[in-house]
Amino acid sequence: MKKLVIIGAGMASGRALERLIDADPEAYDVTLFNAEPRGNYNRIMLSPVLSGEKSYAEIVTHDDDWYAQNNVTCRFGEPVTGIDRDRKVVIGTKGEVPYDKLLIATGSAPFIIPVPGHDKPGVIAYRDLDDTNAMINAADAPGKSAVVIGGGLLGLEAAAGLALRGMSVTVIHLMGHLLERQLDPAAGYLLQKDLEKRGIKVHCQGATKAILGEDRAEAVLLEDGTVYDADLVVMAVGIRPETRAATDAGLDVGRGISVDAQMVTSDPDILAVGECVEFDGQLFGLVAPLYDQAKVVAATLLDQPAAFTPKELSTKLKVTGCDLFSAGDFADGEGREDIVFRDPSRGVYKRLVIEDDQLKGAVFYGDTSDSNWFFGLIRDGEDISDMRETLIFGPAYQGGSPVDPLSAVAALPRDAEICGCNGVCKGQIEDAIAGGATDLGAVRAITKASGSCGTCTGLVEQVLSVTLGDDFKMPAAQSICGCTDMTHEDVRRMIKSQELKSMPAVWQECGWKTSCGCHICRPALNYYLLADWPLDYKDDPQSRFINERKHANIQKDGTFSVVPRMWGGMTNPAELRAIADAAEKYNVPTVHVTGGQRIDLLGVKGEDLPAIWADLNKAGLVSGHAYSKGLRTVKTCVGTDHCRFGTQDSTGLGIKLEKKLWGSWTPHKVKLAVSGCPRNCAEATCKDIGVVCVDSGYQIGVGGAAGMDVKETERLADAATEEDAIELATAFMQLYRENGKYLDRPYKWIAKVGLDWVKERVVDDLESRKALVERFELSQSIYRTDPWAEHVKERAESYQPLANLTLEAAE
Amino acid sequence: MTDWIDIAELNDVPRRGARVVKTAHGCVAVFRTAEDEVFALDNACPHKKGPLSEGIVHGKAVTCPLHNWAISLETGSVMGVDEGQVSTYPARVQDGRILLDGTFLRARAVA
Repeated sequence: MKKLVIIGAGMASGRALERLIDADPEAYDVTLFNAEPRGNYNRIMLSPVLSGEKSYAEIVTHDDDWYAQNNVTCRFGEPVTGIDRDRKVVIGTKGEVPYDKLLIATGSAPFIIPVPGHDKPGVIAYRDLDDTNAMINAADAPGKSAVVIGGGLLGLEAAAGLALRGMSVTVIHLMGHLLERQLDPAAGYLLQKDLEKRGIKVHCQGATKAILGEDRAEAVLLEDGTVYDADLVVMAVGIRPETRAATDAGLDVGRGISVDAQMVTSDPDILAVGECVEFDGQLFGLVAPLYDQAKVVAATLLDQPAAFTPKELSTKLKVTGCDLFSAGDFADGEGREDIVFRDPSRGVYKRLVIEDDQLKGAVFYGDTSDSNWFFGLIRDGEDISDMRETLIFGPAYQGGSPVDPLSAVAALPRDAEICGCNGVCKGQIEDAIAGGATDLGAVRAITKASGSCGTCTGLVEQVLSVTLGDDFKMPAAQSICGCTDMTHEDVRRMIKSQELKSMPAVWQECGWKTSCGCHICRPALNYYLLADWPLDYKDDPQSRFINERKHANIQKDGTFSVVPRMWGGMTNPAELRAIADAAEKYNVPTVHVTGGQRIDLLGVKGEDLPAIWADLNKAGLVSGHAYSKGLRTVKTCVGTDHCRFGTQDSTGLGIKLEKKLWGSWTPHKVKLAVSGCPRNCAEATCKDIGVVCVDSGYQIGVGGAAGMDVKETERLADAATEEDAIELATAFMQLYRENGKYLDRPYKWIAKVGLDWVKERVVDDLESRKALVERFELSQSIYRTDPWAEHVKERAESYQPLANLTLEAAE
Repeated sequence: MTDWIDIAELNDVPRRGARVVKTAHGCVAVFRTAEDEVFALDNACPHKKGPLSEGIVHGKAVTCPLHNWAISLETGSVMGVDEGQVSTYPARVQDGRILLDGTFLRARAVA
């Protein structure tokens, strides 16, 4: 009988063995090596073992009896130290075994991030039963905490299992959302919400810096300084094929052991199967392709024809209660169309990606009941053009003719609910219309329909349209952009009332029609989120216009301008010298004095920005935010310091205001000025906030403009002291930050809400004024910093080219 | 015959972001989408030569920072009512590294 040696008793080799013995039990005399001191068990079911839903005995696939009955010689717990291809023997620690055919099934090894402390006791991977038992043991005492590094499938299953065993669990994930390979951000957000409901804390965009502890792991430190207690640290950041035996034996190895479609390696007598192989540039980690490979291995060993072809794959998470599914390719792209269905109250998200009338990919969260049907459509590349209109509702809804949305609304009975939030049915809306309400605003005022979450706005408009016929003009879209039907105001209300603290949260709860927004909505959302949730939301540079991303103004030739801050328009010889030196050193072609009393260095190359900032920082100069939708400048005259007409220290007040307000982000740019007397040399009466000093104190005006529109400020209040003036300006700023529409200057915003409304909150109600100032200060605790210094220190590299190929001569 | 040049780590380019690669014939912008695909295009908008690498990336498109023209990362063509075309170059990710096709990059000289 020919001799077959197998290295590795995992699921792939186990299946291959079953297939081989089923087909011809007499073909080979089999010896099975395994480094683990046990045979084949169902590794996929380790998660239920961890959570306590199953025992080890229940997941064993081949027990001792099975191996004995099938005459398999087991060498378990014995690592293989070498393969001698010339003599055709496998060398184990307890001796050699000759082979005619060898099957390598060494699987994969967990990837351990080499951070300081990764080798401490208490840090484990999650690959086998020993790891699982270590986790179960760690969870045996109450009050223990665990940190799972890696929010992929394995990491989340580990986290859920540990949480079920009573540990307090935190998941650290490097990327912006969980399961980023399997899910888009919207579905990732829903998953995070579900996990948080189970008490699992999720920290995305978290990079592990070190594992702390004396003799064993006690805590995990992140790059951003966060520390999480951890009696147990589970590293689940990824796996790599275990190829050492194959490499040492001189076989062709890429990322994995290279095999052909017959699963044969570069040595015709050696086959490989499972997670350790690479076929056609691909690696395999899920069980379905491994089983396909096993079938081919058995056939090849029996000299039967067979070929392995990778198939489309789908993913499900084995965490009870988290229903998610993804398959195919669900990236956006030209020629690709999305069909997105969101049901915020049920936490359901479904997204289909269609290209050339075929379903290319699907992501479902919350309702995966029809996932197999969709998976079939993807796999078979079926033409879906006929059922496109109703495709997303699943197989039960196919076959009917597409429905005109208006006739569908017309067909609704009077008691059909239109607005779920306020319990308004179609009949009430019809009655309101009959009573004289002829537009959305009037219907909303009378019935409250669409007055809460706003997602039924379109439906209410359709009822208006059906009822009034041609008398009703569908209002021109005032939505933020094509990604949504909701207005800026509606979205802001949702962000506050529903406590939406991330972009995927807004996209989901507000029913965004695109997967990740566009260049119009993303900067607006980024502003709303950071203004409303300064401590919870992390600013997203990729959702900012380039000027705010690189803290400089882009010019028409792609260079940038650099404007250092001069507090209250004041400077001194040392600062001027530093500016002059920088201008020379970086060959700045143009030096210009701005209208806001600053010096503008124009024509700086993007890659020089961190260096010029570092030089300016050394002289004490910080960013002037001349590029931001935020506080720009406070312009002053010299007031009582020098001027014979000055009534107050206008320069001093200007500096104080600028030091208070700088760094804050606002819906649009904000410019201030302080004039020392009514002659108004600082032109304070055409600024967003302008202070004019008089003998008795300070006149605070707001809502001025001198741009596309020219407007004089309106008087907000008179203040007796500097402190009052600063408090009023700060409270006004915060009210604008909290309520303004993105890209509305204060004068436009005041025109919408009315100056009286502003006065009530900023001037008359002292409690409200104090609260506004407090919220402003809370936000400033994050944002009152110099972004230049921060970028010089932390991301200077990102300003440089990714690579420079100019040295490579053109041929 | 492709001649893949190893450029940098995928993570050196932020998600929904871009960085440039300098070549003897000008800059190539390397984009990374939210879904971790990479694309390489000439770093110049067909409109007024705006640096596309500084634009906002959304889906598989970028919006030029100068005048908001939207360019498809896949085809290099201008989307919407405007018209124009940007050269694209083969790019791919392998083992977390970004690779560009050297043959194509060099062909820019003759193109």
